[in-house]
Amino acid sequence: MKTPLIDIRRLTRDYAGGGLFAKPSLTRALDDLTMTVEAGTIHGIVGESGCGKSTLARILMALDKPTSGDVLFDGEPLFQLSPKDLMRKRRDFQMVFQDPFGSLDPRQRVARIVAEPLHVLEVKPSRQEKRDRVMALLEAVGLTAAQADRFPHEFSGGQRQRIAIARALITEPKLVVADEAVSALDLSVQAQVLNLITRLKRERGVTFLFITHNLAVVDAVADQVGVMYRGRLVESGPARAVFERPLHPYTQVLAEAEPSVTKFGRPPRAEPKTSQPLKAEPGQGCAFLPRCRLASPRCASEVPALRSVLPGRQAACHHAETMLAEEP
Amino acid sequence: MSAPDLPHAPAARQRPPLRPNLVIGGAIVLFLFSVALLSLVWTPLPPTKMQIVMKLKAPLEKGLFGTDHLGRDIASMLMAGAWNSLSIAVSAVLLGAAAGTALGVTAAARRGLFEAISMRANDVIFAFPPVLSAMMLGALLGTGRGTAIIAIAVFMVPVFARITAGAAAQVWARDYVLAAMSAGKGRALITVEHVLPNIANQIIVQVAIQLGLAILTEAGLSFLGLGMAPPAPTWGRMLADSQTYLGTAPWLALMPGLAIALTVFGFNMLGDGLRDLLDPREKGRS
Repeated sequence: MKTPLIDIRRLTRDYAGGGLFAKPSLTRALDDLTMTVEAGTIHGIVGESGCGKSTLARILMALDKPTSGDVLFDGEPLFQLSPKDLMRKRRDFQMVFQDPFGSLDPRQRVARIVAEPLHVLEVKPSRQEKRDRVMALLEAVGLTAAQADRFPHEFSGGQRQRIAIARALITEPKLVVADEAVSALDLSVQAQVLNLITRLKRERGVTFLFITHNLAVVDAVADQVGVMYRGRLVESGPARAVFERPLHPYTQVLAEAEPSVTKFGRPPRAEPKTSQPLKAEPGQGCAFLPRCRLASPRCASEVPALRSVLPGRQAACHHAETMLAEEP
Repeated sequence: MSAPDLPHAPAARQRPPLRPNLVIGGAIVLFLFSVALLSLVWTPLPPTKMQIVMKLKAPLEKGLFGTDHLGRDIASMLMAGAWNSLSIAVSAVLLGAAAGTALGVTAAARRGLFEAISMRANDVIFAFPPVLSAMMLGALLGTGRGTAIIAIAVFMVPVFARITAGAAAQVWARDYVLAAMSAGKGRALITVEHVLPNIANQIIVQVAIQLGLAILTEAGLSFLGLGMAPPAPTWGRMLADSQTYLGTAPWLALMPGLAIALTVFGFNMLGDGLRDLLDPREKGRS
């Protein structure tokens, strides 16, 4: 088996809260997260707000350090590299941000914005070479070379996101992390940007880690998907299969909450109430327990580990087999 | 799926209407700077030339604005005073703005202990009125142009440090800074490439507004005898000298008073106008 592009090993990130007058508190944004991303795929990460998606993105970009665990990028542990090696490594991973209005410096022209990541290169390209690369990329993302000398405010949201994608691609990275990259765009523009991303994967072999809360988007572009809940990976597998046949109750909740034309107007399946409200002690038991329709006493005492349920399908649920046996 | 080429919208964008604040303020400031520069090469009479026989003449009776108690030409003194006041105010504000901005953006880039200490130190400096610092500095260095400049500049540092630290902190929270960090850029480089260009407008606006305050402070210092030494004419000392003759020769107080008021007014108008032009978010605040 070939090495995956990203191998995330037991990643945990705690944020200290509180402050001078408040009680010190610890928020666990990522909790023992383990997953791998194969090269040349679009890997979706879905989950609700606050589930640790963005923390994961920041750590993968080496903008933040994990409390424990490590990330193997192409087999190299990212957080054991020297600052200089890390700097060189940065050319291999770049990011596209959610808000195309906040991610481009309003005071810089497009050409300069797109060329910015070239800073990580050991051998700085000449001005002409820089310009050529920027022009080629602008055209690759569907903009024109004539637009290189304009300022970001002269572009629409979708065009700005194309600029951001061009910036992420200029160092020819192996991985592009897209954190809610289309959430701020209109639906028709979303489709254009998603097409662009699929095309870039196909033509350039770029691996995308596509972070979103929008299942329809993941369903449309992702090959693999990971579902996160409270900082843990609760399910992973091929995108289509995961949403059609969830093996974790949380994935099912997500899939059913997704608005769709065919379901429009029909009452949602009620979130079933358990006869006795089960609550897990902090640090033990399943984090999804209070919202779970399949909750059992075992869920309150034992943290479900991520395990293979079907070939290529993993779930962190004691009742994955029950889910599997149910009629879809 | 190619993006439509934008029509050259920005070029065709409507020119903003003329802003009265900017025009009036700009005209006043331009006029004052011209007069100040002119005084270096020409004044109607030498501003320090005394003619006791001609003392306390009313405006137009002798010279444009009359003469003072020593028979000096007030118009000439006002012109020379304009140079003295403006040169001190401009040097002090530029010095204070440079030091304050450096401190502010460093605090925003470093955060943590450096920010806490430098900002509290600012509060302490800010608590000292410039008159007090000028007196202390005067005792140390002797009074003069340099002392006045330093005293006012010291007072300006916290003003600029606070404004730039706040504005820079907002820039640091933007995603384009994160993008620069994932391009491996350090905090100093990000400050130069992203933070400073994005807060430059706010600094420029503040410079204009603080210039008015600096003029007022300089006049106050020379009123108290802490500014430039005699016989160099300054608006503040002209005011101080006029006190004895308020009843008999009110123009002695009126002329420098009006000059100070006009200058402060001009800089404030210019500052407001620049703020509307460059920093629309702050519109409506004073």
